[in-house]
Amino acid sequence: MGIYIAKRLLYMIPTLFGMSLISFVIIQLPPGDFLTSLVSAIADSGQGLDRASIDRLTALYGLDQPFYVQYWNWISGIVFRGDFGWSFDWGQPVSRLLWDRMGITLLVSGLSLILIWLIAIPIGIYSAVRRYSAGDYIFTFIGFIGLAIPTFILALGLMYVSFTYFGLNVGGLFSPEYEGARWSIAKFWDLLAHLWIPVVVVAISSTAALIRVMRANLADELGKPYVTTARAKGLSEFTLIMRYPVRIALNPFVSTIGWVLPALISGVTITAIVLNLPMAGPLLLRALVSQDMYLAGAFILIMSVLTLIGMLISDILLALLDPRIRYQ
Amino acid sequence: MEQVTLTEATLLPAAGMADAGQWKLMVWRFRRHRLAVVSLGIVVLLYLVAIFAEFLAPYGPDLTRPQYTYAPPQGISFVDHAADGALSWNPHAAGYDITVDQEAMRRTFTPNPDKIMPLGFFVRGEPYKLWGLFSADLHLIGPTKSGEVVYLLGSDRLGRDVLSRLIYGTRISMSIGLVGVVISLALGLFLGGISGFYGGIIDSLIQRLIEVVSAMPTIPLWMGLAAAIPLTWGPIEVYFTVTAIVSLLGWTSLAREVRGRFFSLRGEDFVTAARFDGVGEMRIIFRHMLPSMTSHVLAMVTLAVPAMIIAETSLSFLGIGLKPPVVSWGVLLQDAQNLRAISSAPWLLLWPALAVMVAVLSFNFLGDGLRDAADPYGD
Repeated sequence: MGIYIAKRLLYMIPTLFGMSLISFVIIQLPPGDFLTSLVSAIADSGQGLDRASIDRLTALYGLDQPFYVQYWNWISGIVFRGDFGWSFDWGQPVSRLLWDRMGITLLVSGLSLILIWLIAIPIGIYSAVRRYSAGDYIFTFIGFIGLAIPTFILALGLMYVSFTYFGLNVGGLFSPEYEGARWSIAKFWDLLAHLWIPVVVVAISSTAALIRVMRANLADELGKPYVTTARAKGLSEFTLIMRYPVRIALNPFVSTIGWVLPALISGVTITAIVLNLPMAGPLLLRALVSQDMYLAGAFILIMSVLTLIGMLISDILLALLDPRIRYQ
Repeated sequence: MEQVTLTEATLLPAAGMADAGQWKLMVWRFRRHRLAVVSLGIVVLLYLVAIFAEFLAPYGPDLTRPQYTYAPPQGISFVDHAADGALSWNPHAAGYDITVDQEAMRRTFTPNPDKIMPLGFFVRGEPYKLWGLFSADLHLIGPTKSGEVVYLLGSDRLGRDVLSRLIYGTRISMSIGLVGVVISLALGLFLGGISGFYGGIIDSLIQRLIEVVSAMPTIPLWMGLAAAIPLTWGPIEVYFTVTAIVSLLGWTSLAREVRGRFFSLRGEDFVTAARFDGVGEMRIIFRHMLPSMTSHVLAMVTLAVPAMIIAETSLSFLGIGLKPPVVSWGVLLQDAQNLRAISSAPWLLLWPALAVMVAVLSFNFLGDGLRDAADPYGD
């Protein structure tokens, strides 16, 4: 098992390198570098910046260096010192803005994942056992609708419905009275009352795909001889299905975390923008619009790395559940 | 030659499964998937709407009317109820009274059952140039009395007709899916092809690349790339850049599929035979291997379109994709960005959202049907 994990970690290194490279390209992509925008911002505020100071700043940030040197400066700062660069828009180090927002983004993604499983596993089992029944068709249809609505439209729709019919304003994470308050049980409940909306919105779009995976996995197992044997021995249908085929069908299901996670993080990002939640999404959009590229690049990098770690966890879980994987 | 045809005809008499070609089998197989057939119809219809947008839309997409801001959708009915219960053919839209609230500075529209707006088909209205070439002024539907304005799906904050904008938006949104998928296909075929054909180091390199791209959350990545589009660019440049961005990240699944196909085809007898015949590599790929995976690739391509439509819609909605005056479904949804807008004019959210959903669902079902039909020899 140790060897498997070590190998898996080694495999992550080129992927991590590729991700950091793409993030850095995004940072470099807008025409002109941040110094140009800084200089124009200072010029706008009425003060001039002389040639010498511009040159000094250029040298300080290594902007006159070739691409790979700049990349090295950036990535070595992150890896060795946890320094993600400077946010010009906020006038703070990026790392100070990053973690709070990422934490809550991760919380919502995690809760969505749990919700998806809670919905998809039972429905998948039902659909596989009662294939082509009315219930199966209804769930498939609802699932497809969930698949077809872009997450942000779902968020907007939910916002509209809860406002017009229930008089609730669902934007934000806290009610105004708890906004600056200290943490307490009441504040926690208030958080939960707001948090369920993004969690549900994000979960809906990925549930359909997982129902189909679960249904297909289980349907494959149900036709196998061991199921017939167990039935012939007189096991009740419920015990039979739950005890043997479902356990086997769950194994490949675990590996779905890998491709659900990028979709979840995507969904959370755009939902947070629509509902104006204090998460990574709105900050990323603002950073991109104002060309605050170190902040934007850091968000994209961290989101990607977290997704990769999620995939690693799902692979390790799969190897724990299914010994065949370890020995390949 | 004649003899051969004769023997075939005698050996396989029925016009049944036995002598049907592969494509014919696929068509039969496809027809069994009812939902896919219906979806094919809807997709064709959507593209027809996109092609004939000028004729189908009652008005131009940018025609503003300040006296009709946020006009609600008018109900439409085709028959008249006379007092004695008899029905007569008279297409019309429900009318309303407009009152201006001086204090709130907004108009209220109250439905008035006594007022009706007679509608006609093939009416002459606002002149336009079909495809920018032919001058015409014929519209599919419109009010028959000149001077009357009808908003079948409501109007927006500038009094522009939502129906017309939706129809023009179909052109942009549906074509982005199509152009994007062509770029994805080219990339996917090329990279997946050499990956699966050569294997070895090239294969592992390309596989790592695919891994990196597909592990990165798409929306943040799209946002990052789209934000680099300079504000000074014209609508056409922005359109093609957005299409390229959207397709740049969609090729991975196509490449994977193509690679898998190449791996399984590489060992097939007909490829080995071609190689023994001394056929060059390029010819083997293009003449022998690619044609035998056409149907699968077609299914994959169809399934890739919805993601592109959603991507364009999301980016434009966030304000970093297409921008007005270009009209796409995503641009229309920009008007429905906040609670105030949607609570006072829900139709601004409803109709574009419905269009996106219908398009995405149809492509999904169509792709499902094509995927089942791609392998007509299965169970």
